[in-house]
Amino acid sequence: MKIKFWGTRGSIPVSVTATNIREKLVAALSGAIGRQLTTDADINDYLNTLGFEVTGTFGGHSSCVQIDIGTEDHIICDMGSGARPLAQSLLTRFGPARPQTYHVFMSHLHWDHIMGFPFFTPVYIPGNRIIIHSCHAEVERAFRRQQDPISFPVEFDQLAARIEFEILQPGQVYAIAGMKVSAQKQHHSGDSYGWRFEHGGQAVVYSTDSEHPVDDIAGQAAIVEFFRGADAVIFDAMYSLAEAVSVKADWGHSSNIVGVELCQQAKVKRLLMFHHEPAYCDGKLTQLLAETRRFEEITREDHRVEVLTTWDGMELEL
Amino acid sequence: MDIASRQDGSIRILKLTGRLDQASADNFHKALIPHLDDCSATGNPLLLDFSGVEYISSVGLRVMILAAKQVKVQNGKVAIANLTPIVAEVFQIGRFNLVFQVFQNYDDAVRFLNQ
Repeated sequence: MKIKFWGTRGSIPVSVTATNIREKLVAALSGAIGRQLTTDADINDYLNTLGFEVTGTFGGHSSCVQIDIGTEDHIICDMGSGARPLAQSLLTRFGPARPQTYHVFMSHLHWDHIMGFPFFTPVYIPGNRIIIHSCHAEVERAFRRQQDPISFPVEFDQLAARIEFEILQPGQVYAIAGMKVSAQKQHHSGDSYGWRFEHGGQAVVYSTDSEHPVDDIAGQAAIVEFFRGADAVIFDAMYSLAEAVSVKADWGHSSNIVGVELCQQAKVKRLLMFHHEPAYCDGKLTQLLAETRRFEEITREDHRVEVLTTWDGMELEL
Repeated sequence: MDIASRQDGSIRILKLTGRLDQASADNFHKALIPHLDDCSATGNPLLLDFSGVEYISSVGLRVMILAAKQVKVQNGKVAIANLTPIVAEVFQIGRFNLVFQVFQNYDDAVRFLNQ
């Protein structure tokens, strides 16, 4: 299985600013003082010594993740603003003349998770089939509503693709697009659902917009079972633990610390930090990754969890 | 995890010794509850002396959060003192200074609880 991240930011899309770019340039040029950078190879060798927070960016698109199991059908989690660059990539690869089937699995229906749909170009192409899987009975209403004329110039009924809505039930195992798929109800305003995808002896869990209240012991146990033995868990690590249990309690999000704890208990191979706080810059997200890795190292008992953080454009082969 | 309790005026001091991990967290929480129950606006302020805590896991942190939540509801005062370097690092990563009053030494913690 391969995972590609098209949108990893939480709540609202953001962009690097001119100030951010200048800070990166100053950091890179400061480090170059006294170095002999006379060729492109010299420059690239030097850049390779710098951190991702200087030479790259985590990006700012809201939630959209692609899962590739090597089949023809496309598998997508959520339709945040990352759905737009995903569509561009798919069209570049397959062109508009070859009808495709897309399976979209929705965590929930909040704006940042559906806003990319009207910009997902395959919806405008006749012959495409788009199946939106959700545990929310209101899913079709949510997608139609955001394309009402008051909010968008193209109404839902004008979309040329064949669009279907499939309501699934949490706790059941489905065979969809060549995978075993199951959903887990999560703690979030209006409910959210995590998705577990299994194929070829591997498992990926997509668990975003999920709070894990410290005193909900039964809920914790259910989540641990849902995560059990997964090769990767894409996890809402938006806040610090202290924030998640104090000033931002009941905001429906979790922390890096809880992610480590749950993945340790469930003996997950990789924790993929996701749904980044929009206020965090690249430097802050890099610091959080380092801290989370250190926390995992300190608190490790009998199982090592590899900790990674996600960024727009990141690909991970399991 | 061992808990030794003593009283310094109105302050209840718990000296914790050992590892606060998956194996000890439940029993530690149960042993802590009576002291948490006493930690109210009119009860005993609580000082947790961590000088003997050599390790805390994420499950151990969960117990500490539950303790903080209970004490907050009761309008009690709780302080933590004498973190070992490794536990101090865990507290820093979790931003526990936003949840607990954490002091480098016993005297500063007592001064805070007596205010």
